Amino acid sequence: MANALSQQKPTVESISRQNRIRIGRLFIYGPLAVMAVLYLMPLWVMVVTSLKPLDEIYGGSFIGLPQTVTLDAWRSAWSQACIGTECTGLRPYFVNSLLMVIPAVVLSTGIGAINGYILTKWRFPGANFVFGLLLFGCFLPYQAILIPMARTLGLLGLAGSIPGLVFVHVAYGICFTTLFFRNYFVSLPDELTKAAMVDGAGFFRIFWSVILPTSIPIIVVSCIWQFTQIWNDFLFGVSFTSGGNSPITVALNNIVNVTTGRKQYNVDMAAAMIAAIPTLLVYIVAGRYFVRGLTAGAVKG
Amino acid sequence: MNAAKSFSSRLAGWLPRIVVAPSLLIVIVTVYLFILWTGVISFTSSKFVPVYDFAGLEQFIRLWATPRWHTAVANLFIFSALFLMLSTGIGLLMAILLDQNIRAEGFLRAVYLYPMALSFIVTGTAWKWIMNPGLGIQKVVNELGWTSFTFDWITDPKMAIYTVVIAGVWQSSGFAMAIFLAGLRGIDNSVIKAAQIEGASLPLIYRQIIIPMLRPAMLSVIVLLSYIAIKSFDLVLALTNGGPGSATELPSTFMFSATFRRNQMGVGAASAIMMLMTVAAIIIPYLYSELRERNNG
Repeated sequence: MANALSQQKPTVESISRQNRIRIGRLFIYGPLAVMAVLYLMPLWVMVVTSLKPLDEIYGGSFIGLPQTVTLDAWRSAWSQACIGTECTGLRPYFVNSLLMVIPAVVLSTGIGAINGYILTKWRFPGANFVFGLLLFGCFLPYQAILIPMARTLGLLGLAGSIPGLVFVHVAYGICFTTLFFRNYFVSLPDELTKAAMVDGAGFFRIFWSVILPTSIPIIVVSCIWQFTQIWNDFLFGVSFTSGGNSPITVALNNIVNVTTGRKQYNVDMAAAMIAAIPTLLVYIVAGRYFVRGLTAGAVKG
Repeated sequence: MNAAKSFSSRLAGWLPRIVVAPSLLIVIVTVYLFILWTGVISFTSSKFVPVYDFAGLEQFIRLWATPRWHTAVANLFIFSALFLMLSTGIGLLMAILLDQNIRAEGFLRAVYLYPMALSFIVTGTAWKWIMNPGLGIQKVVNELGWTSFTFDWITDPKMAIYTVVIAGVWQSSGFAMAIFLAGLRGIDNSVIKAAQIEGASLPLIYRQIIIPMLRPAMLSVIVLLSYIAIKSFDLVLALTNGGPGSATELPSTFMFSATFRRNQMGVGAASAIMMLMTVAAIIIPYLYSELRERNNG
């Protein structure tokens, strides 16, 4: 019925209606475009500032294109800027973050996958309670565990070290990854595992050859979520490490908060970009999966 | 033979529980036992290192007698209220506009959501520069001709907390947008068609039909954003470092500096317990209702 109406020949009335619709579209696209500009502005400012020489920044232009493009600020942020008393640039801290994030993502995703598998396909009495216990961990305000964790890392001989940070991120990451995999596996038909069991496949066999091959999308979601969370973490980094073992977010904050001498805004912005690029890249390449991770905690499975 | 078989089948029956046990143990220790531990410390007179005496409510009394903590709690209310209202409002508006069959939807969605991929430290660093009164937005507007324009909130103790709101909303409203958009996509189009045939105008349809149908999404957005607000720490540290003075102190930054900078571990633990109770009051009913609905449905 609606279709039939819209396929009538153009009359004066329908033309004026089309004009109205066009004006209506303007009210849709207008605000969307303004918002897009506002959202992109900080990124634009960061990039152009990082490419300007310092004199140009103090000379005035803040939002405009650089008159002379230079990569000096990037070079300085990467390998010369001072963090505390060490003038090594961000490079070693970038490496620290990589050394922390890779094992933490792999371990937490692997453990989450097997937990999700057990909580859906090998349900035992109290499985729901176990899930509830894990779920609250997703919403833990970490301030409530900072002091005991600092003590425990000390007792384990992991204080201030990268393996210590890996442990912390895995421990609190399990809550999220288990949630992802459980909600995904719940929708897999039980017949799948039952049939495999009739064929004589055991617990691990079914996991490897039946469940895992179907779970590539959720593995990607989990890895991206964990990567973003752990790379961007600051609280654990600043609480449990110091000096040369810090992750990149802590080093960035130190660079920016240096107060001696003429403030090098271009180096600050280049450093912020260096810290942002890995997660931005992941977002650009696999944004779809990133959104699924974000909404997983909110939209019911 | 029979016994061996029953042993192996019993083992197989226990295997899932054995495999899940280490994770459960880690979570029980690092979440629940650690919370308890923090709770214990909050009842002691710990300063630089934990001491396990019993000091009763001394630390809680001291906490609530600290003006800095009052600032932090007041700031949390201002920040959370504005952050929630603006992020939810902007997120809902963007989601509704994006849902009108528009071109370039994918691109726009990506633009609104990319701040969520950034660290709060990066966000804070960028906005600190943008809101720098000497060289940032203020100067740009001044040079455009509006010479009396001032935007120095970041250095004004009365206004600095609103700069945290601006940066926080920039970072998180795309998140609200994503959840609302998922909710809108789940609404059956025939409902809207029917209302249109009845002659209802589009704004009326949204107000009366669609937005009420978004209630579950709204609940999720509000709960998750409250959680983000309460644990906001890195954003404040990077943007204002709690200053000027203690003007932008939040409970999260208060807890950190009391514990690790001012050697008041007991007060820090007490403030952490206050934060935990606030989060639990919001999250536990939410999780409970989510889980129950899921089991029924």
